Amino acid sequence: MRIPCPYCGLRDSHEFTYLGDATVKRPDPAAPNALDTFSDYVYLRDNPAGAHRDLWYHASGCRSWVVLERDTRNHAIGGATLAREVTP
Amino acid sequence: MRYSALSLFANALMGQKGWKPAWRDAAPKPAYDVIIVGGGGHGLATAYYLAKEHGIRNVAVLEKGWIGSGNAGRNTTIIRSNYLLPGNEPFYEWSMKLWEGLEQDVNYNSMVSQRGVLNLCHSDAQRDAYARRANAMRINGADSELLDQDGVRAMYPHLLDFDNARFPIKGGLLQKRGGTARHDAVVWGYARAADKLGVDIVQNCEVNGFIRDASGAVVGVETTRGPIRAGKVGLAVAGSTSRLTCKLDMRLPIESHVLQAFVSEGLKPLIDGVITFGAGHFYVSQSDKGGLVFGGDIDGYNSYAQRGNLPVVEDVAESAMALMPSIGRVRMLRSWGGIMDMSMDGTPIIDKTHIPGFYLNTGWCYGGFKATPASGWCFAWTIAKDVAHARNALMRLDRFRTGHIIDEKGVGPQPNLH
Ligand SMILES: Cc1cc2nc3c(=O)[nH]c(=O)nc-3n(C[C@H](O)[C@H](O)[C@H](O)COP(=O)(O)OP(=O)(O)OC[C@H]3O[C@@H](n4cnc5c(N)ncnc54)[C@H](O)[C@@H]3O)c2cc1C
Ligand SMILES: [Zn+2]
Repeated sequence: MRIPCPYCGLRDSHEFTYLGDATVKRPDPAAPNALDTFSDYVYLRDNPAGAHRDLWYHASGCRSWVVLERDTRNHAIGGATLAREVTP
Repeated sequence: MRYSALSLFANALMGQKGWKPAWRDAAPKPAYDVIIVGGGGHGLATAYYLAKEHGIRNVAVLEKGWIGSGNAGRNTTIIRSNYLLPGNEPFYEWSMKLWEGLEQDVNYNSMVSQRGVLNLCHSDAQRDAYARRANAMRINGADSELLDQDGVRAMYPHLLDFDNARFPIKGGLLQKRGGTARHDAVVWGYARAADKLGVDIVQNCEVNGFIRDASGAVVGVETTRGPIRAGKVGLAVAGSTSRLTCKLDMRLPIESHVLQAFVSEGLKPLIDGVITFGAGHFYVSQSDKGGLVFGGDIDGYNSYAQRGNLPVVEDVAESAMALMPSIGRVRMLRSWGGIMDMSMDGTPIIDKTHIPGFYLNTGWCYGGFKATPASGWCFAWTIAKDVAHARNALMRLDRFRTGHIIDEKGVGPQPNLH
């Protein structure tokens, strides 16, 4: 599998480290239901068979975090964005 | 028919014409007391123990393909009970005890081979960790031995690279009762034994939804062969769990990842036990046909593809070379992948859920084959009695929320590191 790093171009996945689902959002720690929202945030995942947004770190490259659109059934890649450019 | 030396002999004389199919390929009935989704080792074992231990015989196992077509038929067949934590070790040791009696119990040769599992260590810190683990095993009634370098040398005098400059072999943790079993035969043995007690094994029947009553309870499943109602529904679909629980709006502490395995060309007897490398992820045994069966890490990213990528192939081959350079010219014959249900703490879940009538068996990571007997036994108990047995009492679904996680490796909620 090769990952199209927005900065470095198409690179072998070997150069990247995987973190996981890029769509989970850190909840508000001051909210009254923070205990629930944090345990969901840390542990629960959609884990879909199909379209997935992944977080990859280009460790052996530009050291950017990259959000990759990938189909988990066949690794077909839809596109990649630098994580800092993804609007939360 | 009971299998025995006599039945073998009689059939040899009759030109092998007396054998009958080992189980019925059943058509689904409109309703059952219990439906188990997934005809892998865990699903079939659950059905068997429901019938045998709890007298619940109006049971169906629904399998989308053929039984054993998932991870049960894809794994590297290692069985062991060398865990550390209280939530795990009693469970896995119970599994080992069930393995030891399995063939007599189900009257099927599952080729359980207690050839010994040897975990190598390469540093003082690792030896200390193994000493602690060995003690934890003994506390829970499992066998364990700590070997020094000479002890390992006596077992494998020529195979291993003892004086490797980077990862010298300092010793190992040996569990002699560990070993391997024939994965397909485990599936077939449980299927045959469950069928004999009245369980329907329904193949080519994919579950794609759930039937719920007005209160929200699960009272059946939608399948490619029509709706089937049930008093209780238990899920044992390994890597496919999230695909079904999303139909119930349940999000789980699970990610699905691909794990690869490899087999070499057939060789003369070379490795008579199971060996694991302590400085990289690599484990190897030799099948009765002579092929070296080995594997390493998961590929490390969410996947339902049932095939892996090259970086792990390279990594596994490098680990093999670091440990046993003599196999460097052996050719790799086949490789394949299976979809693992990686949990957030590396430990499985056997529990009822907040939805009445719905039970969950998942999170096996890449260690679920060894667990097959105990998983079926505990899941059957939980379904039959609506409460966990002491052996799976800590394998709860809500442990992530309450903070009672069981993290053997201590790496935190990062499924690809477990
Ligand atoms: C390469 C590899 C190596 C491994 N090595 C080891 C090892 O050495 N030791 C060890 O202990 N463990 C090992 N494992 C892990 C072990 O194989 C699994 O944890 C275990 O088999 C999972 O339980 P199971 O047998 O019930 O799963 P499976 O055999 O995967 O059973 C699940 C079944 O559910 C079916 N299914 C899925 N969705 C549906 C649906 N919607 N409707 C109906 N049926 C459905 C599938 O077709 C499948 O047959 C390995 C796994 C792999 C892939
Ligand atoms: Zn880059």
